Amino acid sequence: MSNSERPSKLFRNLNAKVASIPMVLTALVVFVGGTAWTVLYSFTNSKLLPRLNFVGLDQYHRLWSTSRWLVSIENLLIYGAISLVFSLVIGFLLAALLDQKIRFEDTFRTIFLYPFALSFIVTGLVWQWLLNPDFGVQRVVRDLGWTSFSFDPLYNSSIVIYGISIAALWQGTGLIMCLMLAGLRGIDEDIWKAARVDGIPAWKTYLFIVIPMMRPVFITTLVIIAAGIVKVYDLVVAQTSGGPGIASEVPAKYVYDYMFFAQNLGQGFAASTMMLLSVVIVIVPWAYLEFGGKKRG
Amino acid sequence: MRYKFLTAAFAATVALNVAGPAAATDLEVTHWWTSGGEAAAVAELAKAFDATGNHWVDGAIAGSGGTARPIMISRITGGDPMGATQFNHGRQAEELVQAGLMRDLTDIATKDKWTEIVRPKSLLDSCTIDGKIYCVPVNIHSWQWLWLSNEAFQKAGLPLPKDWNEFVADAPALEKAGIIPLAVGGQAWQASGAFDVLMAAVGGTDTFLKVYKDKDAAFAAGPEIAKVFKAADDARKMAKNTNVQDWNQATNLVITGKAAGQIMGDWAQGEFQVAGKTAGKDYTCLPGLGLNEVIATGGDAFYFPLLKDEAKAKAQVVLAETLLDPKTQVAFNLKKGSLPVRGDVDLNTANDCMKKGLAILAKGAVMPWTDQLLSQDSQKQKEDLFSEFFAKPDMTLEEAQKRFAEIIGSAD
Repeated sequence: MSNSERPSKLFRNLNAKVASIPMVLTALVVFVGGTAWTVLYSFTNSKLLPRLNFVGLDQYHRLWSTSRWLVSIENLLIYGAISLVFSLVIGFLLAALLDQKIRFEDTFRTIFLYPFALSFIVTGLVWQWLLNPDFGVQRVVRDLGWTSFSFDPLYNSSIVIYGISIAALWQGTGLIMCLMLAGLRGIDEDIWKAARVDGIPAWKTYLFIVIPMMRPVFITTLVIIAAGIVKVYDLVVAQTSGGPGIASEVPAKYVYDYMFFAQNLGQGFAASTMMLLSVVIVIVPWAYLEFGGKKRG
Repeated sequence: MRYKFLTAAFAATVALNVAGPAAATDLEVTHWWTSGGEAAAVAELAKAFDATGNHWVDGAIAGSGGTARPIMISRITGGDPMGATQFNHGRQAEELVQAGLMRDLTDIATKDKWTEIVRPKSLLDSCTIDGKIYCVPVNIHSWQWLWLSNEAFQKAGLPLPKDWNEFVADAPALEKAGIIPLAVGGQAWQASGAFDVLMAAVGGTDTFLKVYKDKDAAFAAGPEIAKVFKAADDARKMAKNTNVQDWNQATNLVITGKAAGQIMGDWAQGEFQVAGKTAGKDYTCLPGLGLNEVIATGGDAFYFPLLKDEAKAKAQVVLAETLLDPKTQVAFNLKKGSLPVRGDVDLNTANDCMKKGLAILAKGAVMPWTDQLLSQDSQKQKEDLFSEFFAKPDMTLEEAQKRFAEIIGSAD
């Protein structure tokens, strides 16, 4: 076929382009527009109602001198590191173990995935009881005879964020396992055979052949985990409501509390802008590397 | 078009539920009274309003004021106002009034002489913005109560303390008997409220007003307030073994004798009543912690959004009048456990603690509370500080007081 009669680029796939207009508009108005509005009003002293009365960077100054915000950021970093590392490692290990052609695979898969069917609120409440020193794990172990056993992460300021991470891992690793399992199943059987013929041990095959081949799955997983980290809110509310004191506060909760309880929109917007900024700093370079540089077939 | 249809369909379903006279006007009233005693109290208001030939459409929002207020506010600002709504009178609805979204009730107030019947006067003052009245106070709730478990003191072999200082002195003996001296739940507002109560009791009314009304940051950093922080430090030590979150769980520790006392508002009384406890026999209350017998006049009030519908606007007037009716006041407040806003009603059936409150009220020993003096923003900052202070034993008094003074300095 000759290329000379090709229609202009704009009209190629016209149907698809028309069909995507609603989504494009939604994205522009709701996401981009809403974001721009929020950033704009974060420079005002809006209280209960949005008002365009600019005060420069006052809201940001206040934000970064508030100890609750600083604690929130620190908690987010700890929680983020834990859930990123452990859900990937545990998720992958579980998937690899399930992939050994074991019996009752369906049953195990269901058991591991079940917690994911629960909302964060339910998860939080369940673990609030399990970690309560008077009713939960500590009580059970003490009743078994170890009377000096102590395990009350939710009532100890210095380790409370780990107590929350435990619940998050319990809830989330099942999904990661499933994604990993799907990735493992996507690896051609012949590769395994070839590795075996070459006499490469299984762990080496996983580490140097299979995992690099699963790169797309890992990236999807990473995005899912990262989004979950930044927006963590309901789990904390259900488990500790930020306590003891302010020891388990997270940024999303700061935003909500200041926008609605404190009736201080400006302060809430400033905090949410900072959250957006942190996401952008992580996402943009990564997206640029991933999608920007080269076109892949 | 479709919206119209939906509204019509919705209106039809609502209309089917109405059993009142044909000319009845439906008025939706939103509030956050959802616990057992509270719901019974609201039912009294609804009954009184229905008796006027109108119809009360109940819009209860579960999950306490913190959850309910954002919903109410977004309905009013979003152009879908209800007929009337509860707020704590004071500054919660201030901006809505300033934005012209609330109805000015001055005419009705003048006609019915609210200034003469509502007692104490400060209640109506906190409904007044720029000389106009915008809300109807319905009850008085005060924070300044110390609830004591008689059983806990018996178990420890101690006489009941008469004030906060004696209570603090009893703490070691209580702890030895395996009793938590003071129950303070983990929710932020409880720690912050307990501190305010200590400030009013240990520091006195003038100190309280100087800090929260005049917002004198230098004074808040001074020795007077250092004394209050010393008392708060005692409270922090006494409360360190409370492993509960909600205020009513903390109250329950006192009811069951696991904890000796709790600083909590008079709404805690409902919990004692539900548990079948008798004031004076099973539990004891010390208003103003026994040191400064003054009660604050916080409480609940109804605000009326500006409506276009004339029939509904008329029904709003009827509701406003019903709320202040002596009979409604008695029926409502007995169920709610709060004090009525008018002095000319008869509360014979009130229990011991309510009578103590009424006596203080009759003496005129009242003061405004932080809801009326501080913006929600400053309140929240204060809550953050004190929930941290109570949970962190190694936070020094000096550091806490310095941050407190900063909050007061920037408060509005």
